Amino acid sequence: MAQPLVKKDDDRDDEADYSPFLGIEKGAVLQEARVFNDPQLDPRRCSQVITKLLYLLNQGETFTKVEATEVFFSVTKLFQSRDIGLRRMVYVMIKELSPSADEVIIVTSSLMKDMTSKTDMYRANAIRVLCRITDGTLLTQIERYLKQAIVDKNPVVASAALVSGIHLLQTNPEIVKRWSNEVQEAVQSRAALVQFHALALLHQIRQNDRLAVNKLVTSLTRGSVRSPLAQCLLIRYTSQVIRESANNTQTGDRPFYDFLEGCLRHKAEMVIFEAARAITELNGVTSRELTPAITVLQLFLSSSKPVLRFAAVRTLNKVAMTHPMAVTNCNIDMESLISDQNRSIATLAITTLLKTGNESSVDRLMKQITNFMSDIADEFKIVVVEAIRSLCLKFPLKHRSLMNFLSNILREEGGFEYKKAIVDSIVILIRDIPEAKESGLLHLCEFIEDCEFTYLSTQILHFLGIEGPKTSDPSKYIRYIYNRVHLENATVRAGAVSTLAKFGAMVDALKPRIFVLLRRCLFDNDDEVRDRATLYLNTLGGDGAVVETGEDVKEFLFGSLDIPLVNLENSLKNYELSEESFDIDSVPKEVKTQPLAEKKAPGKKPTGLSAPPTGPPSTVDAYERLLSSIPEFANFGKLFKSSAPVELTEAETEYAVNVVKHIFDGHVVFQFNCTNTIPEQLLENVTVIVDASEAEEFAEVATKPLRSLPYDSPGQTFVAFEKPEGVSAVGKFSNMLRFIVKEVDPSTGEAEEDGVEDEYQLEDLEVVAADYMLKVGVSNFRNAWESMGADCERVDEYGLGPRDSLAEAVNAVINLLGMQPCEVSIQCLFFFGIYAVDMDMHFTFTFLTALHWTVKYHVVNCFFTAIPV
Amino acid sequence: MESCPSVKNIILLDSEGQRVAVKYYSDDWPTNSAKEAFEKSIFTKTQKTNARTEAEIAMFENHIVVYKFVQDLHFFVTGAEDENELILATVLQGFFDSVDLLLRGTVDKKEALENLDLILLCLDEIVDGGIILETDANVIVGKVASHSIDSGAPLSEQTISQALATAREHLTRSLLK
Repeated sequence: MAQPLVKKDDDRDDEADYSPFLGIEKGAVLQEARVFNDPQLDPRRCSQVITKLLYLLNQGETFTKVEATEVFFSVTKLFQSRDIGLRRMVYVMIKELSPSADEVIIVTSSLMKDMTSKTDMYRANAIRVLCRITDGTLLTQIERYLKQAIVDKNPVVASAALVSGIHLLQTNPEIVKRWSNEVQEAVQSRAALVQFHALALLHQIRQNDRLAVNKLVTSLTRGSVRSPLAQCLLIRYTSQVIRESANNTQTGDRPFYDFLEGCLRHKAEMVIFEAARAITELNGVTSRELTPAITVLQLFLSSSKPVLRFAAVRTLNKVAMTHPMAVTNCNIDMESLISDQNRSIATLAITTLLKTGNESSVDRLMKQITNFMSDIADEFKIVVVEAIRSLCLKFPLKHRSLMNFLSNILREEGGFEYKKAIVDSIVILIRDIPEAKESGLLHLCEFIEDCEFTYLSTQILHFLGIEGPKTSDPSKYIRYIYNRVHLENATVRAGAVSTLAKFGAMVDALKPRIFVLLRRCLFDNDDEVRDRATLYLNTLGGDGAVVETGEDVKEFLFGSLDIPLVNLENSLKNYELSEESFDIDSVPKEVKTQPLAEKKAPGKKPTGLSAPPTGPPSTVDAYERLLSSIPEFANFGKLFKSSAPVELTEAETEYAVNVVKHIFDGHVVFQFNCTNTIPEQLLENVTVIVDASEAEEFAEVATKPLRSLPYDSPGQTFVAFEKPEGVSAVGKFSNMLRFIVKEVDPSTGEAEEDGVEDEYQLEDLEVVAADYMLKVGVSNFRNAWESMGADCERVDEYGLGPRDSLAEAVNAVINLLGMQPCEVSIQCLFFFGIYAVDMDMHFTFTFLTALHWTVKYHVVNCFFTAIPV
Repeated sequence: MESCPSVKNIILLDSEGQRVAVKYYSDDWPTNSAKEAFEKSIFTKTQKTNARTEAEIAMFENHIVVYKFVQDLHFFVTGAEDENELILATVLQGFFDSVDLLLRGTVDKKEALENLDLILLCLDEIVDGGIILETDANVIVGKVASHSIDSGAPLSEQTISQALATAREHLTRSLLK
């Protein structure tokens, strides 16, 4: 106050910069810490110094071992003071210093004294500190006190002991488990948080004992749990019990569902939300079960608290993935969230709406999203782009507005991941929606005119080379492609040259013009670009004559390399320069890695550019390539369908075998994927002996044994059957795995010379009608259905047995028929599939209760509607 | 999810993103630089938001962060991706209200740094090793601000009022027994 008058602004500046720790230095503070050793302690001053030390640690400063030890020893002196505030700081400081075992001994007696003190605050804190720094041997000494503390009348002391117990359970489980009687008593405590901590500890002690957890949940769900936190815990444990018991009970009411539903009416919001979320995450939840949970979440959507809105919309977003119909009621509330201040909430709302919206609301939604896209971060934008892609696949008629949207955002600023997501989406839409192809390709062309990412440019050029020549007017793409040769770096230029050549090879009319362009590329300053141009000019006959490009040339230039790249790479590495030139035929074609591996990764997103550009998903391609590389099966024709793998062994047996059924026109090939799970064994000459005596129409024609099957590296063996062409023959096969087993020395990994022949019984496998059905989506079921006419229609009734939910019934029908569900609504299920053989449909399914099915079919296509009566 | 609700960190930053007080309870950020990077990221991404009346929420690198600002102080509480958002918000509110009570309503950086000892004790009372200890601000403040002399001390060391307080405590204790 005695300061001379200064301008007000300056004053404020000073104030803003003021900090009691301004210019603080570690060395000086460590010097100050000597006051801890004073015979006459000044508690206030000591507290200040500890605060400074803690401040330094908090700012990320570290003490050397020597410094830490010194501080620790002087801090222990402060136990002499009886000042409660100082003692609290001492406790915190000791925890922060985390002393080593030999140092801990110094404070043990002081802490143990505090632990038995009359002051509750001392007891509670001493327990927490001691348990934090102690080891197993000391723990047995203080165990008695801890057990007492758990049932202490003071809730703070009890909580301190219980929470310490939760931490100690990780390091000394055998000791903590002895406290379960006391913990059990504490669960009944009247103090809210003691109950919460006791419940958490008790559950952790018993978590491996399913029966005990079940009992705990049963008793507590009946009684009253006081604290909202404890109630949340109980909900979590209850859903765990539900999950584990679900496997045993197929029908009837879900146990404990009533409890969860009751929690929806709890007065604490956190409990309501925890219960609602638990219900939405139940396995195979029915719409009836979902409804009350959705209702409370809907109320949360219009809450004034952002946290509540976020929690609700995030949960509904997840529900929309599996039960879009259940969420549609919330759509109006959700739409108002698009303008939410909190961008996370807005993004979640939009993606939820995109999942649940119907065709008519798409345009309106897109308008709202456009305004919104400019002010959110890339990570949110990617989420929106992915949602729009799936929306477009769902409503192909809307491709124009959605594709426009994608191309607009493609032109705006954005990072690589975001741009890649957009390009991938456009590529997928082009591939799946034929009408969107031309506009999509033009959008991509415009994008590469001003694209800063080499990777995306080359990928798009490659894609253009495949799709462009097939369009009605391929010439319009040439300009965009040739511009690349002028303006881009060498990698993109080389890509552009290849794309030009593809146009030349595929479209004869364009050939002379392409040759002109390619010849200009001969003077490029990059080797690769020149080499490519030369190669293409020569192979395509660029010496002037306009000749039709031969099939073999096309195949040579643009055919897919039917050799796994890994094998090629290995062979090239092994190749030594010599007189003999490298022979590509010597590269093994067999795929070493299990092609199924990628199938097992659940929820894999469509890979866009990196996937093969045409046709169904890549696994079918992988199978086709695999099968055609085996000479015995090469003449079977085109692969119609490959089934999902069917396990023929129980989990965790010595040998794991599953089978994939490949259906050809006149043949069926069984691919047995075998895995040897015994490290001490090497299997050789592995075959599966298939007994087809119960499948009369099948005759075995070829087997391909697996030469060797080492530990943990899966291999395949094949058996092929002939069946009457055009008949969907069904039958049952019994299987036996036959092999020669050799002992392997685990230390050296070498196998013994002699082996023993052995057999291993596998489970039976069946070929059923569904194996002949190809799942195909139709974009508009109703149109397709109407176009078939009434004479194709048969009406039949089949029972489907009692089913809990629509989803379950749909799954049952999918499994039986192997068809693609197209539209599922409350009233009807629509299915579509392509049947493998030209023949009358006949189904041999028998069901228990009536479900009315209308069947329309013509020679190869088959539609279904199923109407529950 | 069967685990106990847990808090991964509690962070208190100033208006420039500098630390006032932080406490980490999980190994997700092993080094100080990782912690600072996380703080910087949440600070910059939340800076533009208005979290002054109601607590706001966002997701960062697979974590849920709830936050609230007052004056030049930014409060954050982080939890796992699948944590109940409302539990985290309760912890944040508990911390926020405690600080408000402890600083007697003048909640700003200057005041917070001058009473850093109280803030650190407050953090210590809210969460222990990731497990929520207490979320009621009044209880937390009661535990932090009990600046009296140890009741076990000889009576001669106590003032009259302290002696009275001790006597009252003894009485209530014996009544409760």
